Amino acid sequence: MPRPTVRVEPVKRLSVPHPGAAAPSTWRGLAMGRTGSDLAIAILLGLGALATLAFGESYWLLGSQVAITMIFALSVDLLVGFAGIVTLGHAVFFGVGAYSVGIASVRLGWTEPLLGLLLAAAVAALLGAATGVLVLRTRGLGQLMLTMAFASMVYEIANRAKPLTGGADGLQGMVVSPILGLFDFDIFGLTAFLYTLAVLAAVVVFAVLMTRSPYGRSLVGIRENRVRMQAIGTGVQKRLLSVYTLSAALAGIAGALLAQTSQFVGLNVLHFSLSGEILIIVALGGAGRLWGALLGAVVFTLFKDRLSALDPAYWYFWLGLLLAVIVLFAPKGLIGLVDRLLAAGRPKETA
Amino acid sequence: MITAALTILFHGLAFAMVLYIVSVGLGITMGLMNFANLAHGAFAAAGGYVVVVATRSLGLPFWVALPAAFVVVALAGAVVERLVVRTLYGADELRQVLFSIALLFMAIAGFTAAFGPLQQQPEIPAALSGQIALGGVEFPSYRAFVIAAGVVILAALWLLIGRTRIGMRIRAAVDNRNMAEAIGVDTRMLFTLTFALGTGIAGLGGGIGADVLSITPTYGQEYLVLFLIVVAVGGLGSIFGPFLAALCIGVVDVAGKYLIPEFGAFFIYGVVIAILLAKPAGLFGVRS
Amino acid sequence: MTAAILETRALHKNFGALAVAQNINFSLEPGRFEALIGPNGAGKSTFINLLTGLVPPTSGSVILDGQDVTALPIEARVKRGLVRTFQINTLFNNLTVAENVILALDEHHGQGWRPLPSPSRRRRIRDEAYDILGRLGLTPWGNREVRELPYGRQRLVEIAIALALRPKVLLLDEPAAGIPSTETGTVIEVLENLASDLAVLIIEHDMDLVFRFAQRITVLVQGAVLARGTPDEIADNETVKAVYLGEGIHA
Ligand SMILES: Nc1ncnc2c1ncn2[C@@H]1O[C@H](COP(=O)(O)OP(=O)(O)OP(=O)(O)O)[C@@H](O)[C@H]1O
Ligand SMILES: [Mg+2]
Repeated sequence: MPRPTVRVEPVKRLSVPHPGAAAPSTWRGLAMGRTGSDLAIAILLGLGALATLAFGESYWLLGSQVAITMIFALSVDLLVGFAGIVTLGHAVFFGVGAYSVGIASVRLGWTEPLLGLLLAAAVAALLGAATGVLVLRTRGLGQLMLTMAFASMVYEIANRAKPLTGGADGLQGMVVSPILGLFDFDIFGLTAFLYTLAVLAAVVVFAVLMTRSPYGRSLVGIRENRVRMQAIGTGVQKRLLSVYTLSAALAGIAGALLAQTSQFVGLNVLHFSLSGEILIIVALGGAGRLWGALLGAVVFTLFKDRLSALDPAYWYFWLGLLLAVIVLFAPKGLIGLVDRLLAAGRPKETA
Repeated sequence: MITAALTILFHGLAFAMVLYIVSVGLGITMGLMNFANLAHGAFAAAGGYVVVVATRSLGLPFWVALPAAFVVVALAGAVVERLVVRTLYGADELRQVLFSIALLFMAIAGFTAAFGPLQQQPEIPAALSGQIALGGVEFPSYRAFVIAAGVVILAALWLLIGRTRIGMRIRAAVDNRNMAEAIGVDTRMLFTLTFALGTGIAGLGGGIGADVLSITPTYGQEYLVLFLIVVAVGGLGSIFGPFLAALCIGVVDVAGKYLIPEFGAFFIYGVVIAILLAKPAGLFGVRS
Repeated sequence: MTAAILETRALHKNFGALAVAQNINFSLEPGRFEALIGPNGAGKSTFINLLTGLVPPTSGSVILDGQDVTALPIEARVKRGLVRTFQINTLFNNLTVAENVILALDEHHGQGWRPLPSPSRRRRIRDEAYDILGRLGLTPWGNREVRELPYGRQRLVEIAIALALRPKVLLLDEPAAGIPSTETGTVIEVLENLASDLAVLIIEHDMDLVFRFAQRITVLVQGAVLARGTPDEIADNETVKAVYLGEGIHA
């Protein structure tokens, strides 16, 4: 059937260059541009890690904690910053990961650390998938509530299941075999530090690649406009469930690392305040920017270590104040400040 | 058997009424301003501290301390709303949640600095410190007062929201804010008033309920899940919804802990998850 | 007559007591260009929402390419070639114009689950996106975030996304509304150059545009089909004139 032809006055159009010719190479809106800030932070963090390794013997233990927090922060940033799912119960996956390796070691005598990470990831992912199906059915306040309710429930279970978890006393007597049968955990924490750094590096590489992939972009699309995402043919629910599960697995790995390097698991790994802290870390660094979350984890952990050493009672005050300032005056977090700093240093960014 | 049922019912009701008094304001502000105020419990704790200071340090009678708690906390709420909360209306959920957590943390530090980390107990009037007999069982008369107070506040709110001009404006704005503004409702003022009212009632709840939810600096964090549950299950912007939700949760929780103590608080989370999955907007949500 | 690619059978929708779609039987064949007109609130957008699955019908069914898709979710219908634009811009406002189109292309090429980037594929997709932007005169805006664009240009992004999905059936909800009259030419040009086997249903208040393009017009009033026919038939229809077109019609 012929299409009706219509004569219309040719309308003056904007010049159309050769397709692709003007195609820019940056990805501004997806927060993948500003690679300057990312690079600067990466170099800074890398140097920091090297310096700590070389000169900071007494900081190795703290260093492992920082690296673990960074992994946990990445897992939450994928969910909150990229996919736009707000959770106040993510400690549940961290804690379940920690308890998985802890219980495997203490109750079953499975002490292999790398297999332990896999186990923790698998258990956390299973729990993530199971609760994710339910959590993702609601949105907004309901969703926030469900994440909190599930986390509170698991906390309560861990508290009650004394024979398995040690209850409020924690899980004592955890044994961890040498990594790959070669590197034993030493009392200075060097092995632990290197081990957590290696896992961190792997997780960072994975996360960076993933956020630059079509899959990672689709998560941002869902955050930005869910209806439109459906209208371009995305099964939004499945996509969200997949990232929820993935994020749970990463949090589980972080928790497992904490259990392995401290050889102890306490109820605090499941507590609400940990869920709150990790959300704060992501916001502090800059939600939706991987290197922001990483920077936030470092700054927060060091800040907490200093402040609670000086003045443990008022740590909460400074934390609250810092958070309020960030929310009100720097909603893009520390990485937003780095962006501005770099932009000021450069004459002008090409549009 | 009957004794057990009575005990569960009585203490469940008392618990429920405290939950209701503290939470109802949260639901109204969330429904009206769409602001997720996780620091709501800190206002309740502040009310508790006002009653403690008034009755213990200033030697004021309990019946003066309660209205004082309402007024002081409502004023504090109004100030906070005017200064900061206002700037976050319409901001994304994450920022609101984070900001209110920041408030909560600062409040915890402030309470610790001022009152120390230990639990504080207001002075209860002699008339309420005895026991009363109900169906052959003795109950603390203070808890009977708590139950009565919950019902009175429900009735007062019902009158205020259902029968007054200001209540009508609040209902209109919850229903359709743009429309309310278009017909000339000053929503700025309305929001401040509502926020003050909501936090004030929470302060009252903190004071009245100190016997059930003990006043410590971390009050606002420890019971946060409970308050949010009442609101989420009851439905935002409703007055009766949270009442029924609180009844449900109070009685189920007390029954669970009384009958099957080894499961502890496990019970109510199960119930809550079930309800939210069945009705995501809550039992009586005006708005989801 | 070829078999219909899109069909509705007794499609019905109530919002409370309000019937916004009343037993609508509608069909559209490949290569056809049809229009849906009606006064404000007639239920035109709702009809598109029913077709695409954004709103579930009270009763009746939607048949796409011979298959009943009434129970299928939005995305499954999109995958089968049923694509729409929105009357009110529904875009990724904080992403660039190019990224808006790239997201659609990724999904169209079934890459949405791909967890690792591929530089060569990314370059190909980007070129493809800029091809489409070029057709809409959006090339200079490609690297700008959507919210920086004037509303009229944002309307064009709506169309760009739809084109990226290579539709078999294209549902356009007032594509020219909000575009300054000096620039409707771009829309017209795009409409002219649509693939010849594409089925198009356009909702439009601009009668010049409707009568210029439409091979058939369906008039919807209060959720019911008042008339259906060629532009000439519709222009001559007394009821339509009385109820809807009023006096200012020149066809
Ligand atoms: N989700 C909804 N809930 C209740 N009523 C709705 C809903 N969506 C649309 N309506 C009502 O259905 C009727 C039809 O709306 P619709 O948007 O389909 O009209 P339309 O023909 O597209 O009008 P316009 O030309 O203004 O775009 C209107 O009265 C509208 O208020
Ligand atoms: Mg419409």
